[in-house]
This record gives sequence, C-alpha cells and structure tokens, in this order.
Amino acid sequence: MTRIPLSALIGLFFTGLYFFAAIFAGWIAPYGMAEIVGDSWEPMSSAHWLGTDTIGRDLLSRMIFGGQTTIFVAAAATMLSFGMGSILGFFAAVKGGWVDQVLSRLVDLMMSIPSLISALVVLSVLPVSLPVLIIVMGVLDSTRVFRLSRAVAVDITVMDYVEAARLRGEKQLWIIFREILPNALSPLVAEMGLRFIFAVLFISTLSFLGLGVQPPLADWGGIVKENKEGIVYGIPAALIPAFAIATLAISVNLVADWVLNRTTSLKGGRG
Amino acid sequence: MHPVIKLVAQRLALGLLLLLAASVLIFVGTQILPGDVAQSILGQSATPQSLANLRAELGLDQPALTRYFSWLGGIMQGDLGKALTNGQDIATAMGKRLGNTMFLASVAAVIAVPSAIILGLIAVRYQGRWPDRLISTITLATVSVPEFLLGYIAVYFLSVQLQWFPSLATVYDGMTFGEKLYAISMPVLVLVLVVLGHMMRMTRAAILNVMQSAYVETAELKGLRKFTIIARHAFPNAIAPVVNVVMINLAYLVVGVVVVEVVFVYPGMGQYLVDHVSKRDVPVVQACGLVFAAVYIGLNLVADVVSILANPRLRHPK
Amino acid sequence: MSETLLEVKGLKIEATAYPPGEPPRNITIVEGVSFKVEKGKVLGLIGESGAGKSTIGLSSMAYGRGGVRITGGEVFVNGRDIMKAGPAGLRALRGREVTYVAQSAAAAFNPAKKLMEQVIETTLHHGLMSKADAEARAVSLFARLGLPKPETIGNRYPHQVSGGQLQRVMTAMALCPKPDLVVFDEPTTALDVTTQIEVLAAIKEAIADTGVAALYITHDLAVVAQVADHILVLQGGKMVEYGTTDHIINSPSKAYTKALVSVRSIDHKEKSGGTPVLSVKGITARYRGTKIDVLKNVTVDLPEAQTLAIVGESGSGKSTLARVITGLLPPREGSITFNGRTLAPDFENRTREDLREVQMIYQMADVAMNPRQTVATIIGRPLEFYFGLRGDAKKQRIQELLDEIEMGEGFLDRYPAELSGGQKQRVCIARALAAKPKMIICDEVTSALDPLVADGILKLLLNLQKIENVAYLFITHDLATVRAIADSIAVMYQGRVVRYGSKTDVLSPPFDDYTDLLLSSVPEMELGWLERTLANRKMEAAGN
Repeated sequence: MTRIPLSALIGLFFTGLYFFAAIFAGWIAPYGMAEIVGDSWEPMSSAHWLGTDTIGRDLLSRMIFGGQTTIFVAAAATMLSFGMGSILGFFAAVKGGWVDQVLSRLVDLMMSIPSLISALVVLSVLPVSLPVLIIVMGVLDSTRVFRLSRAVAVDITVMDYVEAARLRGEKQLWIIFREILPNALSPLVAEMGLRFIFAVLFISTLSFLGLGVQPPLADWGGIVKENKEGIVYGIPAALIPAFAIATLAISVNLVADWVLNRTTSLKGGRG
Repeated sequence: MHPVIKLVAQRLALGLLLLLAASVLIFVGTQILPGDVAQSILGQSATPQSLANLRAELGLDQPALTRYFSWLGGIMQGDLGKALTNGQDIATAMGKRLGNTMFLASVAAVIAVPSAIILGLIAVRYQGRWPDRLISTITLATVSVPEFLLGYIAVYFLSVQLQWFPSLATVYDGMTFGEKLYAISMPVLVLVLVVLGHMMRMTRAAILNVMQSAYVETAELKGLRKFTIIARHAFPNAIAPVVNVVMINLAYLVVGVVVVEVVFVYPGMGQYLVDHVSKRDVPVVQACGLVFAAVYIGLNLVADVVSILANPRLRHPK
Repeated sequence: MSETLLEVKGLKIEATAYPPGEPPRNITIVEGVSFKVEKGKVLGLIGESGAGKSTIGLSSMAYGRGGVRITGGEVFVNGRDIMKAGPAGLRALRGREVTYVAQSAAAAFNPAKKLMEQVIETTLHHGLMSKADAEARAVSLFARLGLPKPETIGNRYPHQVSGGQLQRVMTAMALCPKPDLVVFDEPTTALDVTTQIEVLAAIKEAIADTGVAALYITHDLAVVAQVADHILVLQGGKMVEYGTTDHIINSPSKAYTKALVSVRSIDHKEKSGGTPVLSVKGITARYRGTKIDVLKNVTVDLPEAQTLAIVGESGSGKSTLARVITGLLPPREGSITFNGRTLAPDFENRTREDLREVQMIYQMADVAMNPRQTVATIIGRPLEFYFGLRGDAKKQRIQELLDEIEMGEGFLDRYPAELSGGQKQRVCIARALAAKPKMIICDEVTSALDPLVADGILKLLLNLQKIENVAYLFITHDLATVRAIADSIAVMYQGRVVRYGSKTDVLSPPFDDYTDLLLSSVPEMELGWLERTLANRKMEAAGN
C-alpha cells in the first residue's frame, strides 16, 4: 500500500478546508457579506477575528464570502478551460493532418498575446459580469491546456499499443477513451491543479484592477483593492488575502505534485 | 543558402505574420463583439443621439474590414489614433510612457536575469541539499502570490514599517538617473521577485538536464575537474535552453509590469492601459494591446532565433 | 613476464532503490567478484542485462553511475588501491591510466565541439604531450582504426559522422593518452552487423598495436570470443565462470555458460512447399511526402504454417514491408493477396476478418502493451472483439492461452510493469494468438531480449506454430535466429529483395555480393573467426 507523503496530506487538508469554507460560506461566516458591524479598520479582536475593513464590515466574513466567489469563478473557469482544451487537444492529436495544423496555429496565435492583455482588451467592451469573466478566463486558458493535452496525446498515440489497437479494428472513440485517456490522466490532473491556481491568481488580479468581480460581491482581489489605502497607514487588512491565496496555491501545488509522482508507481504509468 | 540563415529568415517572417494576425485579433476583440459597443461604452442611460454620434465617431457605420485597414494603415504611418476620452493623440501620450515602462522593465531584467542564472547554478551544484531546497521553497512562495499582493506586502514592510523606500513610484523629467532608480526601487523589487521565481526554477531544470547528459559523464571519466566540465562542456550546451527560459520569462515581465505600475502608480504603459480599459476607451486599448503584443512576440522571436543559432546541428550541416 | 594491471578482489557494489511509497532500500548489484587483467591482455566480461558488467567496468575507475557505490572489496590499478585514492588521485587516474569507450558514441560526444578537440582533450589536460604531438597521434590512430580522411575528420562535429565512424573516433579518444587499460562498454552493440565486424577488427588491431590491456564488455559471446584472452561470465552480479577463452567457448563447465555457448542452436526441420497464405507481388512503396521509394518491387510468398524470415540491416526496408502488409502504409504499386483474397491497401478499408487473420508482435514489448491494463484485459480484448466472448467463456480461454505461453494463473491481474522482458513478450504472443490468426508478423521480436530469454521465446514460437498452424513473417537482422527457425528466407538490401528461396538454398553458395558480406559478417562462436574472415576478405580484394 502506498503511503500518502506528508506534503500531500497537508496540501489535501488545506485545499479541502478552503473548498469546504467556500461551499458552506453562508453557514460558517459570523456576519453577513455586506453587513456593517463596526468602525473602519478595527484591529483583530475576539468579535472580529481579522478586524474590520475600510467601511466597517467584518473582514473574516468578507474573506469567507470572497473565498466563495474567488474559488467558484476559478473552478468554473478551470472546468471550462479544461474541458475545451483537453477535448480539442486530444482531437487534434488523434486526427492529425490539417485539423491538427489549423487548431495548433490558432492556439499559437491566441498565445502570442499575453492573457492579461487579451483579457483587458476584451473586457474593455464587454459587460463585466461573472459569466463573462468565467468565459473569458476559460477560453484564454484553454490554449495552454490544449498544448499540454495535445503533447501528451501525441506521445501516447505513437506507442505501439495504440497502433495495435488500431490494427485490431477498434473505433477511434474506443481508442481515445480506453487506450489514450487512462495514460494521459495523471499529467492532465496535475495540470488541472496548476490551471486552478492560475485562475485564482488571474481573477484576483482582474478584480484588483477593477475589472473583475464587481461590488457588492466580494472576492479576494476586490478586498485588496478596497483596503489598499490602509497600507500607508500601517493597516495590514489588504494583506490578508495574500495569505489566503498563497496557502491555497501552495496546497493545490502540493497535491498536484503528489498526483504527478504517484503514477510512476507499480503500474508503471506514464508519469 | 546556409540552412541557419534560411531558418532565421523564416522565423522572422513568421513573427511578422504573427504580429499581423495579433492585430486582427485585437481589432476583432474590441470591435466585433456581441452587444452594441457604443451602448456598452455609454451605458444604459445614453440618448439615441449620443449613441449615434459615438457610432459615427468610432466609424461603426463603416464595414469592419474598412475600419480594420484604416486603423492598420494609420499604425504603419505612426498614427495610433486619438483617445476617446480626451481626444489626445495616442502616439504622443504613449511615447513617454513607453519609455518609462521600458526603463522599469530593463532595470528589473538586468537584476533578475543574472540572479536567476546564479541561483540556478547554485541549486544544481548543491542539488538536493539545503541551498537547493531553500531556494525552491522561497520561489514556490513567490509564484503562489499574485504580483499586486507582493507589491503591497513589500510596501507594508519596506515603505511603511521600515521606511526604507517610497511607496509611490513617481518619476518625472529632470530627475537624475540615481533619483529615478531610487524612486522605482520598490516596483523593481516586486518585478524581480515575480520573475525570479519562475525563471530560477526553469534555469535549474535546464542546467540539470544538461548536466545529466552522457557527454558530461564522458568528461568526468576523462578526469577533468568539476569546474572545467561545467565551463567547457556543460555551459556551451546550456546557453540555448537558458536563453530560451530567460526570454519566456521576460515575456512574463511584460505582464507583471502592468500590475506593478498600477500598484505603485507609476506613469507607464501599464497604468495607461488599465486606466483606459475601465473608461472603455477603445482606441487606446487597441493601441496599447498591440504594443504589448508586439513586445511579447518580439521576445519570443529572439528566444527562437537564439535556439536556432545555438544548435550545432544547424550551424554545421552534414 | 607480464605484470598485473588491474586486480579486483571480492568486489561488492550496491545502490539505493526508492520504491514509491516505501522507505529507500539498499540493493546489491555486484557481489564477490574477483579477477585480474594483465598488461596487454583482454578480459571479456559477459552476461545478460542486469548482470552488472558495465558497473564492474566502471568500478575499475572507481566510478559509479547514478548513485551506485562500491561498498566492499578492493580494486588495484598498477598496484595502487584506488578506493583510497581520493578525488585528486582519481582524476589523475581517469583519462590517463584507465580510459572508457561508451556504448553510445553519439550521446557520449559533446555536440557543440569538434571531434579533434575532444579526442586530444584528456591528453592535453594531463600534460602528456604537446598539442601538435597529440594531434599527430590522433590522426595516426584515426588511420589505424580505418577511418576515412584521417587528416580532416577531426574537424567535423559529432553529428556529421556516421555511427560506426563515431565509435572508432571514441576508441581513438580512449587510446590517445596511451593508457594502461581501456574499458570497452558494449562498443559494437548498437551497430549493424556489417559495420560491427569492421569496428571489431579495428579495435583488435589497435589493442595489439598499442599493447594496451582491455576490459571488453558485451552480451554477445561470439563477439567476445574474437577479442578476449580470458572471459568472465556474470549472472545477477555474481561470477559464474572465469577462464581462458578457449576453455569457456570449447569446454564450459557451468550450466549457464553452456547455455550461453549453445544459444540459437535450435533444431528445426525445414519445411517447404504448400499453398501460400500470403502473397506479396511487386510492392513498391514510399513514405508520404518523400521522393525515394523505400521498397522496390518486392515479391515474396509465405506458405501456410511456415516461417518466412525477412533479413536485412537498418535501412533495408524490412520493417516498412511489415507496415505495407498490415495496411499502415498503402503501396504505390503491387498487391497483397491473403488466403486467396486481395487485401485492401489501407487497413481502414479491410474487413474485421481480414484484420483478425493478420496479427503483429512488436520489438519492444514495453510499449506494445497499455501499461494501465492487466494481462487479463490485454489478452481478453481480442477475444471479446473478434469472437464476442464474455464472462466465464472468456476467462477460460484466457487461461488456455496463458498455459500455451507457459505462464500460469497468477498472472491474470498483473500489470506489464510487473513482468520481466521475456514475460512481456509472451503476453504479446498470447494477445496475437487470441485472435486465431492465420499469420503473425514478428517484427524483431527477440532483438531487445537477452540471448537466453530470446531462445526461450523462439522455442515457444516454434511450438505454437505446430499447435496452432500459424504462419510467421519473421523480420530480423540476426542471422543466427534465421538459421534457427526459418523455412524460407528473403534477404533485403536498400528496399529490394536480393536473395529469396528456401533456407538451405539461400544459405548455400554461390552468393550474391551483399548476402556474402552479410553472412560472413556474423561472428561465429569460434576462436580465430575474425582473423580468418578478414584474411579471406583481403584475399578476395587482392584477387579482384
């Protein structure tokens, strides 16, 4: 039996914690998201574990609800980017020929402009709502997923066992799902974790720039934006999201590393 | 013709083509999206007259293709259009800001690149031991935090608590070089941290890859000293992958610059772009987007060309 | 009186294994190995993969690849205990007293530097000669080793030179500093048989000329019989037998050694005649987008339940022929008839029955099986797919097949990574048999296996042919295998069939030039074969 290494356990624990808090935010937050409960920037106390924010709302509750928004948007965008990217990537790898060429060139083109720039350009004309954000982030990120899943699929497609399946007369769908996919899972799952982290960082950055989640909805980037004036006065309220984002990112990283490593195990899988 | 020249020329041509295609993408991104652009810009309470005026000004009554080519034509002649919000000529407004951004990015690059390479070499030399692990942990932390937060953390500790550096990076004409450097010390620090994290990991991987090659073993079996092996055998073969890494990360720098400028209110291209995105000033956004894309494509182009030039199989064909 | 150059006593070498999910373990790679090499003599280290031969060879320089370390015993070079030498002492030893010729010259050379620079590097580094002298010595070595244009070849880069030439340059590099001992690590394994004989001759001459001592590592006993004075047989890191070459080859005492010596001496009665199950006529083919035909007008027949061996070296087109027959590469001209019906050139246009009757076994069993599927799934799929077998009927048939390949029930739930090389190939054979084909294409199926394991597979294949009445199209470059199992042979060279007929006919003179060259290049398990063959060739060349 393989033991789960300590780092992966820590990663799993914290990731689970954050997701739990995101899902049950309404039940566990001590105050409402927009409830004004005190003075501006009160320091940490037993009533307000993280103090209050710029207009007197409980920072802990804002963080919990913010986490819900951030994680929700990031997860949705990741699922979109992943779904699109991996299906198209596999398709391109298995079909080959001009389909592959066209898709790859298109992706190259989209990747020739940095994601933040593309997002800014597009958001200057589109209404900034959650669905739009999710779609924009999802589509932009799907390019990286496309490249990775195509590369992984191409590596597998040239293996003799795929050729053996083809020569047997197996249908293309069967080959993709029964021969290629099981061997592609682990690098893809690890990549999904990395994409999620990137999405969290990206949406926070967009919100910070004022182009992401709009008030009164909270998200971690937005909380930084709201409280940034306090920094010059020595009030650390704006730094708390940093801690949350960092711990979430590191935890997911640790889990992704573990997934990637464990498949070079007895199954001799494609690590 | 020597295959290297041919390949480089092909790559250059491809770069130009890519830039052209990017311009199309940027144009499309702003002009042809669902929903009325004029409506989005002016909001719900706009009168039909003002909408019509804006449409005429944006040239929305003309077909998209004509608009694209007139925009492109203008750019070729150095005319980037006029800002919607204040009618300012974009090219002049951008010129100064572009210079500022380049200054910031260059200083950051000059510090980050050698540091990343040195740290990468150290990590490889002491692979698996504490220097390696320490460096890995710190870089893991820096890549897990978004740039703007690194910025504020730095401001909190270094500007407010310790009062070492200014929290706003204001530069203006008439400052001496030294004064300018001091003013941008914080954004440079943040940029360096951001890029260093990624770059160091990748240089470490690239150098490790070379060190594990069979010919490095051959050199060791010849009884050469460790340093000679690294300098004479590993290094020439590591140049290409390391340059590749550096270029890719300089591209990261381009993006990081945008955020850092906003955090430190630095008068550069990034600040310019972000301001005008919220104002929905489409011409400015298009122009800035294109400039950023050009820089990004250019850096990747250099990376590819260096890879080609450094490949002995291509330089000396059979 | 000869002096002892290298003396190894009770050598023990260990490594640390890091099985995932478990604490690291120490495994012993080599234990209790002792031998001597005297000045001017060659010791052959022979064994199958994993026997520890390379590890022992490298230990003569106190070097361990990838975390392998010497934990016991003593190694004396020129009377000094090198285990106590310390880093400076080892650096003085390496490249000067002891040099190394790696298995893959292509990987062992720095791609960014010219050959001459690398060849004389160690000589200059140890301060043995001036640059001019070193270069002169290098050029004379190039000439001795039979390299073309010895004056200028040093100015080339590694990728500009062929594999066989690179191996010789590597030998020159090892001989340049006038070492006392050269370790040859499988120097000819990756080469074609016709190139191998030239390199072998070059190495032997160079050794005789310079009077250097050598450790010659290989898994091919016939090769080592040509160069070595003494032979050490290794198995699983332990010594099996150690003696003079004459003794080992002609009168081995241990069972393992006897097995190695008698490899490929399978007795197989040649069959002939019969209706062809496969008829290939006038096949000309090229890869898409290329302008040169890889196959030119190939015509061969394979009679029912017999074996046609397609022999050739790299570039002969033998593997391409397999791709054409299976329908992966449609030919430009020609036809393929199977069991009386014409097969569609593209496999996608063939019926399921067509596909079922022609099965293929690959060279590398590692990549021929899906690592995520169990043995039961791998063998079971053809049964489901072609015959619709399910449940107990399927299970029973899988069991029957496992019995046929001489593996038992315990293998049903194993994954490929848990099997040995031979077992993997057996499972691939079972998978092919599951379809009850009329013909199986065996594409170099034993080339990646150790000689004894390969023997087992060949014997199995012959057995199965009798039971299942299946025909084999056996593609190989190894003539010994061909002699063992073929009924008819087709020799291919640069895309054409240069010789075709029954085994006896093809292997009896008079020969065409290429077949002559090919047959005479295969090392025989006899002392002095190399000298005789070279002498013969010189005579023929002189006579022309």
